[in-house]
Amino acid sequence: MENRDHIDTTLNHLFRQESGKMVAVLIKIFGTENIEMAEDVVQDALVSALETWKFRGIPDNPKAWLYRTARNKAIDIIRRKKHSKTIDFSDPQKQLLTSGYTLKTTMNNFWEEHQIQDDFLGMMYACCHPDISQENQITFILKSLCGFSTKEVAKSFLTSEDTISKRLYRTKEYFRKHKIRPEIPNKSAIVPRTEAVLSAIYLMFNEGYNSTNADQLIRKDLIGQAMLLCRSLLSVERTKLPEVYALMALMCFHAARVDSRVTTEGSLVLLSKQDRTKWDIALIQSGQDYLNRASFGDRLTMYHLEAAIAYEHCQAKYYVDTDWNKILEYYDLLLDIANDPIVFLNRSLVILELKGPKEALKVLDKLKNNKLLENYYVYHATLGEVYYRLSDPTLSKVHYEKALQLTQSKWEQQFLKDKIDSKR
Amino acid sequence: MKQFMFLFKGGDEVWDNKSPEEQEIHMQHWQEWIGKIAEQEKYIGGERLYPRVNTIEPGGVKVTDRPLVEAKEIVGGYIIVKADTFDEATEMAKGCPGLQWESSVEVREVWPMED
Repeated sequence: MENRDHIDTTLNHLFRQESGKMVAVLIKIFGTENIEMAEDVVQDALVSALETWKFRGIPDNPKAWLYRTARNKAIDIIRRKKHSKTIDFSDPQKQLLTSGYTLKTTMNNFWEEHQIQDDFLGMMYACCHPDISQENQITFILKSLCGFSTKEVAKSFLTSEDTISKRLYRTKEYFRKHKIRPEIPNKSAIVPRTEAVLSAIYLMFNEGYNSTNADQLIRKDLIGQAMLLCRSLLSVERTKLPEVYALMALMCFHAARVDSRVTTEGSLVLLSKQDRTKWDIALIQSGQDYLNRASFGDRLTMYHLEAAIAYEHCQAKYYVDTDWNKILEYYDLLLDIANDPIVFLNRSLVILELKGPKEALKVLDKLKNNKLLENYYVYHATLGEVYYRLSDPTLSKVHYEKALQLTQSKWEQQFLKDKIDSKR
Repeated sequence: MKQFMFLFKGGDEVWDNKSPEEQEIHMQHWQEWIGKIAEQEKYIGGERLYPRVNTIEPGGVKVTDRPLVEAKEIVGGYIIVKADTFDEATEMAKGCPGLQWESSVEVREVWPMED
């Protein structure tokens, strides 16, 4: 009998990589009005694998085994539902699923390797339809295309399974009502539609990178899946846009540093204190490759600039080697693209490094009374630091304490408490 | 447009003597043939039949489970298509891949529904 843990690991890995593609193909077959049917088939295939492999061992080609099983289960369903109205067979290609003469061959054609990637991406674009809220987009992507369980999605968002089920239901209803067809948008729409997809991927990545409450496994999973989704956009000619390469580069640079951001006891480590020997050199190298390939075309996006900034940090051997002037240039360009107060706030930290606390305070003064920042703990933590360096411990403490009230994360709270204690 | 039924007869022995690979390729030909009809929106549906036959004799009492007909007379399946004329349907039927494997195709017009 095969080792149970080994089967679990193999299946889990396979499932994260392949379940989304299988679901996408099955949705193409059953229609977007039958998403649950597609998910159930994939789930069934997984259960079959667990049961069969337990006794017969892992097959030589587990991926092919899983696909074949899903395909055969789909054939069973078509046979059973042929005369019900659940599945719409009116499309000429699908009509051939209704006869024994053509069912198997037609089914096999749906599973042609070169089509699967297109179907998967088509489904991703469908999920990121502008009418669906970003929260619902990501929830749906994680559940249907990344093979997360409802429980795992709930953990990723630090919310209840009930909330997640409701979000999934709403998205499925939307698909059902509007009969959304999963497809890669045509040339005229590809840029704005890809923007929505990238934004969802980046949010998913940040959920893994920043959400300090979720457990480690889930966080790594989110990071890995976000990178997998982005890489899949780079596997199809039509979706190889410069900004896709740029986001890929950005995520590589961030992911390279993920292990040095937190101590083994679980407290945050500032960039200046991170052990740079822990950074993943191979990932930084791939980030660099992606960034080089991102520089075709005439578009300079925020992903390009954020990647360039992250690259500067990765490249500095020690914190003191950081090229703050270059980073400031990138921030200025970034502000030209998006006049975002958070970008402005981050830029003030660069000013603090380059020109000292007085200049930084001048810059921060322009953000006074900004409602968004007033409730953002980083804004107050920054002010706390600036006042501390200006030898104003009273105001420094006020802002650090305000920051402490504003974050829910235990890591960040601990980090801020340490700051307050050390500066007493 | 009128409806026609193609009845496929015989050829079961040839099928049984082919390898699974040959059978798979053969079914791809069926897929291509029916696929083309479907693309023109002239395909309605059809089924494949197992060769086992029970015949209820007239009167409804006697059942014969061994067909008295020859193997080549056994109906192996049917499809229903749309066509304007009997001739057009007959031309269409000539593309059936079963013809290469000793099946014959019988073309019959479907009795239309009474108004």
